[in-house]
Amino acid sequence: MTDKIATRVAYGNALVEFAETYPELVVLDADLAGATKTQTFMDTYPERFFDMGISENNMMGVAAGLAACGLKPFATTFAMFAAGRSWEQVRNSIAYPHLNVKIVGSHGGLSVGEDGATHQCIEDFALMRAIPDMTVLCPCDAHEMRLATEALLNYDGPAYMRLGRLAVENVTDSVENYKFELGKSLQLRDGEDVTIIANGMMVQMALKAADLLKEQGVSARVINMHTIKPLDEEAVLKAAKETGCIVTSEEANILGGLGAAVSEYISGIYPVPVIRHGVRDEFGRSGKAPLVLEAYGLTPEMIAESAKESIQLKAD
Amino acid sequence: MKKSTEHQLMLEAAKARLLAVQMVYDAASGHPGGSLSCLDVLTTLYCDVMNIDPQNPKDPNRDRFVMSKGHCSPALYSVLALRGFFPVEELKQFRSIDGNMSGHVEMSVAGVDMSTGSLGQGISVAVGMALAGKIQNKNYRVYAILGDGEINEGQVWEAMMSAAKYKLDNLCACVDVNGLQIDGKISDVMPTEPLDKKFEAFGWNVIKIDGHDFNEIEKAYKKAMTVKDRPTMILAQTIKGKGVSFMENEAGWHGKAPNAEQFEQAKAELEAHCKELECVK
Ligand SMILES: Cc1ncc(C[n+]2csc(CCOP(=O)(O)OP(=O)(O)O)c2C)c(N)n1
Ligand SMILES: [Mg+2]
Repeated sequence: MTDKIATRVAYGNALVEFAETYPELVVLDADLAGATKTQTFMDTYPERFFDMGISENNMMGVAAGLAACGLKPFATTFAMFAAGRSWEQVRNSIAYPHLNVKIVGSHGGLSVGEDGATHQCIEDFALMRAIPDMTVLCPCDAHEMRLATEALLNYDGPAYMRLGRLAVENVTDSVENYKFELGKSLQLRDGEDVTIIANGMMVQMALKAADLLKEQGVSARVINMHTIKPLDEEAVLKAAKETGCIVTSEEANILGGLGAAVSEYISGIYPVPVIRHGVRDEFGRSGKAPLVLEAYGLTPEMIAESAKESIQLKAD
Repeated sequence: MKKSTEHQLMLEAAKARLLAVQMVYDAASGHPGGSLSCLDVLTTLYCDVMNIDPQNPKDPNRDRFVMSKGHCSPALYSVLALRGFFPVEELKQFRSIDGNMSGHVEMSVAGVDMSTGSLGQGISVAVGMALAGKIQNKNYRVYAILGDGEINEGQVWEAMMSAAKYKLDNLCACVDVNGLQIDGKISDVMPTEPLDKKFEAFGWNVIKIDGHDFNEIEKAYKKAMTVKDRPTMILAQTIKGKGVSFMENEAGWHGKAPNAEQFEQAKAELEAHCKELECVK
């Protein structure tokens, strides 16, 4: 484990790192280059960077036009505006024509902290997942973010990727030969009693929850489901069969996101108890990020509780 | 404007600036730049122009205000506290998990007429409030402050067209023209000039003023009350970070809290200004 790094920082660095290899890569932002970390790219490749001002909807349309003419645009702003404000532009000008635009939403979830509910996007997974043809991802650490950015450069089609504000521990850098593949999850811990399927910074918390559970004699499998869509159905089915119950964990509303994706799939093919851990269908609020996360139950302790609940349901 | 009124407004604005910077410092986050630039306009609205009663904040006949650039909560909350809508003490909870002093302007705070934070949306709501006044034959007026970066948003121009269509002369908006957004100068990030011609072309009555001259501010708002069948847009030329020497005209102070040393300096400057004004009285 190395120092903590935010996934938004890793994204900014990756754009610069891959710029020479992918000459079609262009980056757009909407007056948030400092916060989303596209600033590094702006400074290094000013002629391939376009600040569209505070005009997210226009940015999405312009990105669609660039893609239609052979470029690989990464349109970046806060998750709230990328997935929220510009939803219909994304649907009709990017996804429907299957254009190669990468929509990147930074500052996803409640860990935005002090800026409060208007900036804490907890609906982006649900919103983006609901669009046909849209790939949706939320990498968990800096190491994985670099690989995910490269994977998106090699994927020809619309995709949404969430970045986080807070610095987080690297947990995938110690995985030997980690080959990141869109739609293919990464098992970080094996276990028999329950499977925790998480994404984003809930992956680190899921690993801590697995430690807590171990102390209590519970063996938990932990899967990093960095791609919410297309879902790694094989891994979910295997988890259902081998551990008999599931907990999903996401820094998002429990309606429509990762938990919903897993439930929708498994209920139709091999029903097992699925407890969805996340924001319980309420708006966030201002406060220091760790305190907000705690107030909404986004903690390893609550994941562990949910795991036990799920195991209980399996036994009943 | 009477000298005594002008003096009173200057003093209130100076106090509000001190409170706003204190809030951002205490919270260790928030938006000082745009709060400081719009405070002279905002103080004039709440202490001179608007028909409001802190004892009766929900009066259906009150004038309405929408802070369309919702990140400038330190400015609005300070003025509301000074005006007596809630105790100044409560400002201490700004951006904290305790209390309701949220980071962006929120209606849970007494005296706030609209929750904002997503730029470009507040002005549409102000149009709706003004339209409601018209169709219900009410005499209240509706005020809004926008950022000069905020008007990059297409929605702002949609709002402009609708306000002109419905001849909302009970609506008076103001753009805080401080020349900066987050990524730098407006003229570099997304050039918007000529603003006066643009708003005029959208059917608005336009008044350009120095946004730190209380006489000009008051005069503009009074003039707007006499204009018939057209909404008024006040273009207030301001200095981002006004009142704190090292914050003035610096894009870097858009959304950043001062450290302890910087805060001491800012406080000293703002307090000195308050003292000066109190002595003159
Ligand atoms: C729709 C939307 N996009 C982006 C942001 C992030 N943001 C907050 S303030 C700001 C810059 C605003 O500049 P301006 O309107 O000039 O405000 P001021 O200079 O008065 O602070 C941006 C981009 C936002 N709040 N809402
Ligand atoms: Mg500005």
